[in-house]
Amino acid sequence: MTEPTVDFEDRMATVEFQVAPEAHITVDGDACRGCTTKACVVACPARLFVPTSDGGILFNYEQCFECGTCYLVCNTEGAITWRYPEGGHGVVFRRS
Amino acid sequence: MPDVDVVVVGAGPAGSAAALVLARAGMDVLLVERGPFPGAKNMYGGVVYGRILDTLIPRWWEQAPIQRWVTRRATMITTPTQALTVDYRSAAWGAPPYNGATAYRPDFDAWLAGVAVEAGATLVCSTVVTGLLRQGGRVVGVSTDRPDGDISARLVVACDGVNSFLAKEAGLYGHASPDHYTLGIKETLALPRHLIDERFGLRDLDGADFEILGCTGGVPGGGFLYTNLDTLGVGVVLSLPALAAQQARPEAILADMKSHPAIAPLVEGAELKEYSAHLIPSGGLDMVPELAGDGLLVAGDAAALCLAAGIWLEGVNFAIGSGAAAGRSAVDALRAGDTTAAGLASYRRRLEATFVLADHTKLRGAHRLVFSDRTQVRYPQLVCDIVEGMFRVDNPQPKPGLRRIARREIRRSGVRLRDLARDARDGWKAFG
Repeated sequence: MTEPTVDFEDRMATVEFQVAPEAHITVDGDACRGCTTKACVVACPARLFVPTSDGGILFNYEQCFECGTCYLVCNTEGAITWRYPEGGHGVVFRRS
Repeated sequence: MPDVDVVVVGAGPAGSAAALVLARAGMDVLLVERGPFPGAKNMYGGVVYGRILDTLIPRWWEQAPIQRWVTRRATMITTPTQALTVDYRSAAWGAPPYNGATAYRPDFDAWLAGVAVEAGATLVCSTVVTGLLRQGGRVVGVSTDRPDGDISARLVVACDGVNSFLAKEAGLYGHASPDHYTLGIKETLALPRHLIDERFGLRDLDGADFEILGCTGGVPGGGFLYTNLDTLGVGVVLSLPALAAQQARPEAILADMKSHPAIAPLVEGAELKEYSAHLIPSGGLDMVPELAGDGLLVAGDAAALCLAAGIWLEGVNFAIGSGAAAGRSAVDALRAGDTTAAGLASYRRRLEATFVLADHTKLRGAHRLVFSDRTQVRYPQLVCDIVEGMFRVDNPQPKPGLRRIARREIRRSGVRLRDLARDARDGWKAFG
């Protein structure tokens, strides 16, 4: 597959985020350690989910598009809890 | 006494259309938006089909913040090295009442919300509706993330987008299956206006919209490419479960599409200005939830009223159409003093009588045909090979004739005639 010409960090730097003080995603680490598919890692368009060496998942919420992909592809009910960031925060599209 | 007549949740095109109709009827309407301004959370595959606005906002084209009018509509069928393009142009689409327009959603959605505000709706931004207030099962308002943020209302219209936590909380959806969703990602790419005009053969405010099949690396979906004034929108729509199962990165699939020999020269040298992503309700009628509950209506993406059926990708018009219908039925129900699900039943009838549910009914099941492996991979290959056979000059061999080429290529493609016949029949039923 062709590697995108823009580095992923630069790609995300084109998006405006008004980061909320509080995370709007929570992940149940125990459920993730038992997960074999880790679909959130490949499907999240912002690459927010990263597998850790002990089989868990590390995530950040700051650069979230608020699309909902992660909780929909997650195969363990309730492993990813996702809600909207506090009003006025999160992603701000300008030219999309 | 409730605080307001109606709370409309979400100031996207569905919510603003609903609020506009309600405010014009003299209702006290609160339009609540979680973003800092309407449209801040929204992106799409590029074209607004505006005719639904004709009756709502006469001569809307004189005030809507449009980038270009789509006068060139192309459908591209590709394999990794081939492309067959059906390229249609219409001068009529460049004059009122127009057909499709490209626009930035943060501009367009903010404009439409502004029209609702001018009509008397109250817009409150930066506020998340966190849940429904209920009284004996009946919806009587919403809670928000503002201090003392509960708002009581005679009716709630949920236009809270594809994830609609409100419709789910109200039990209007069954289980949300990832099969019913696609992920859309897009790059907004800056390119000088004269280069866009040259590359796409455009003048003035003329615009182009390409939809592309066979370009998503085997993940069911499609691609799009369209022109704004001095940017391009280029993106892919991808089946959510397949994306997860095939371990494919969405931005890598898009990079592949952009490097296709038929597409690369169009996007070459353009600079990334904004990357964006959004889910699309793509299950068609199979996915549409109950549309009304006691004290509650659902419209737009929140009700899965979005058309993602191959050659047609439409959403903003479905949002406006369903939002306006919800507004009209809400007015009737409020005047009659009955906002139970039964009192709101005219909403579904209104949708059935117009394109919103009529198109979905006609295209029911089309998404399965469009997302099948045959449509996604085998047919594009077959069609391109047949065309290549037609136009390849194999002298000293004489021309083989279309029938022989078709027979040879069908055999080579491994597509069974039985499947081909069935897909043709299903396709004709849906699209014919």
